[in-house]
Amino acid sequence: MRAFQILIDGFAISALYALGATGFTLIFGVSGVLNLSHGAIMVAAAVAAWAAASVLNVGTYAGALIGVGVALLTAFLTYFAVVKPIQDSRRIPNEEKEIFVLTGTLLWGIMIQELIAYFFTNNAKTVLPIVEGVVEILGVRTPKNEIFTAIVCCLVIALLWLLVNRTRTGKAVLAASMNPRGVTLLGLELTNIYIVVWGIYGILAGIAGVLLGMFLGVSSYSVGPLTASAFSIVVLGGLGSVSGSLIAAFVVGYLETLTAYLVSPAYRTIPALLLLVFVMYIRPQGLLGRR
Amino acid sequence: MRNGLSVAVRIAIGATAAGALMMASGAVFAADPIRIGVIAEAQAIAGASIPQAAQLAADEINANGGVDGRKIEIISYDNHSSSADSVRAFQRAVNEDKVNAVIASYISEVVLALEPWASRLKTPFVTPGAASNEISKSVHADYEKNKYTFHGYLTSAALALSVCDGAKDLLVDKLHMKTAVIMSEDAAWTKPLDVGYEECLPKIGLKVLDHIRFSPDTTDFTPIFNKIEGSKPDVIITGISHVGVQPTVQWKNQQVPIPMFGIASQATNETFGKDTNQAAEGVLYQGVSGPGVAVTPKSVPFAESFKKKFGNYPSYAGYTAYDEVYYIADAVKRAGSSDADKLVDALEKTDWEGTIGRVQFYGKDDPFTHSIKYGKGLITGLMLQWQDGKQSAVWPKDVAKVDIKFPSFIKLSN
Repeated sequence: MRAFQILIDGFAISALYALGATGFTLIFGVSGVLNLSHGAIMVAAAVAAWAAASVLNVGTYAGALIGVGVALLTAFLTYFAVVKPIQDSRRIPNEEKEIFVLTGTLLWGIMIQELIAYFFTNNAKTVLPIVEGVVEILGVRTPKNEIFTAIVCCLVIALLWLLVNRTRTGKAVLAASMNPRGVTLLGLELTNIYIVVWGIYGILAGIAGVLLGMFLGVSSYSVGPLTASAFSIVVLGGLGSVSGSLIAAFVVGYLETLTAYLVSPAYRTIPALLLLVFVMYIRPQGLLGRR
Repeated sequence: MRNGLSVAVRIAIGATAAGALMMASGAVFAADPIRIGVIAEAQAIAGASIPQAAQLAADEINANGGVDGRKIEIISYDNHSSSADSVRAFQRAVNEDKVNAVIASYISEVVLALEPWASRLKTPFVTPGAASNEISKSVHADYEKNKYTFHGYLTSAALALSVCDGAKDLLVDKLHMKTAVIMSEDAAWTKPLDVGYEECLPKIGLKVLDHIRFSPDTTDFTPIFNKIEGSKPDVIITGISHVGVQPTVQWKNQQVPIPMFGIASQATNETFGKDTNQAAEGVLYQGVSGPGVAVTPKSVPFAESFKKKFGNYPSYAGYTAYDEVYYIADAVKRAGSSDADKLVDALEKTDWEGTIGRVQFYGKDDPFTHSIKYGKGLITGLMLQWQDGKQSAVWPKDVAKVDIKFPSFIKLSN
């Protein structure tokens, strides 16, 4: 009974982590950007979905769509207002650009966080679930929305796989992640590829944010922990490796759930962080990292 | 040397400015205003009502001519829920803005950080919402030093009593409940609360089966509810303030069949219904006042004018902050001065009928020196329940408007 409970809850939370981390790792893989405003974008999506559905009463589906839209917009804004100017700048030496992008996105994330706290308070908000009610699975009372969350996450990740591996645009993205110079030599505009990647990222982060808002709820305080969790999953899986992130997400998700059930909810995140430190010792490139 | 100079310079500038002002206005300078600094969590549900309610009280007092011709001036500072920011705000309020008294915070950790500063800067200080027993215990332990601090809200010990008093009538006598699990967040204010719960729940006939303390940054409450359900209690007795929305929503989404009853600070604010998408339905919480509840003749008019001005009903700390401005003004009037020590003496003799009941402070010899008195005829607290998207009083009988009822997923075991 308890084993099933852990299996089911762990799956939902892992799928959600996977979705959140995939976009994060994709951007790093393609453009070398570690986007530290990741958590802020997810929270912005969830809060926008909440505000649209509960304050403006546009309905659950429209609210969720608006949430994803806001994340997409914020992702583009992040790219055009923060990341691109730093990458294009001639006054910042090339070897320092990464650290500038890190700092820039971190500050940008804090700005978004403070804006959310200012306009919507720092109290948690929850998005109205798209499907309500509970079902019994193997004797475990499971909210239908938890199943919905898991299904959506898996579907979106499958779609992403198809997009990257089966379409021309996707192949260009993949090529850019392997050899950006080679892609430009083939006559593809690198900036266009970046825009596509940031678009995909925005949608992924948006869906993850809205689902998280439905599943657990988020507040402006969640910004830091969300960025940190995506970051550690991605580092564990291997920076830039999408499949590594997927595996790492499930490892972290189940490890957390096991700890919460079998030890104490208070120590939930500790074993996963210890594992991260351990993996860094024996395999610094992460589980499936290339470098 | 530098200090001496700067004081001299300040006095000179001050005198010149005052002189210029007097000449410019051509009028006799009205008496100095009474300045009250308000340090609060402007971005938190419970804290946001504090500066708003204080301003409302000041506006009302000023509209009625102030205190002996002196206006009340509220100077507010947002502390971002941080102790460090609060301490800086307190220093600034006293040293730069020359406040006569400070009203601050609903977070015990913040208030405990400010208490020594009230002593060092000899400034009367009242909290509208923190609960830790330590606040007034420190006043008792070193009265001469800490006498500047007043605890304008119930101590955790009194809160536990209030919850138990309500639980006896509502849960034990009416619904014949026998067992409970305590679920509280790990924070300064819940330590004495839990001690209080452990002591008084068995006395009223609720056996405590388990006691779960969780970190205030918990986001997934599934394992906690799961564990609670495992011990099959009749009721969950809560002690939550930093969290509120997330456990409530997950309680509903997971259809945990056990009612929640106790302290849930976030539930005291009207916006809680929207923040939880009405998952709050059926949640029972302790309050000192509530919309439409005439605890005293002042309660309802205050709540209504607050709503008119700010668009929502105040949180619990709004009621207390409103009362505090009034009884500080009253103390200044009785003391005939806003001098700190005279103000402390006058505040100790407070006997003020506010929005939450009759406010009096425990004296020097009581263990909870300067905390508001709990009891019949003073302040007893209420139990309220979220019903049909509204907060309704269900206890005590004289103010209760409705009976308790639960959403369909709650299975009462008796």
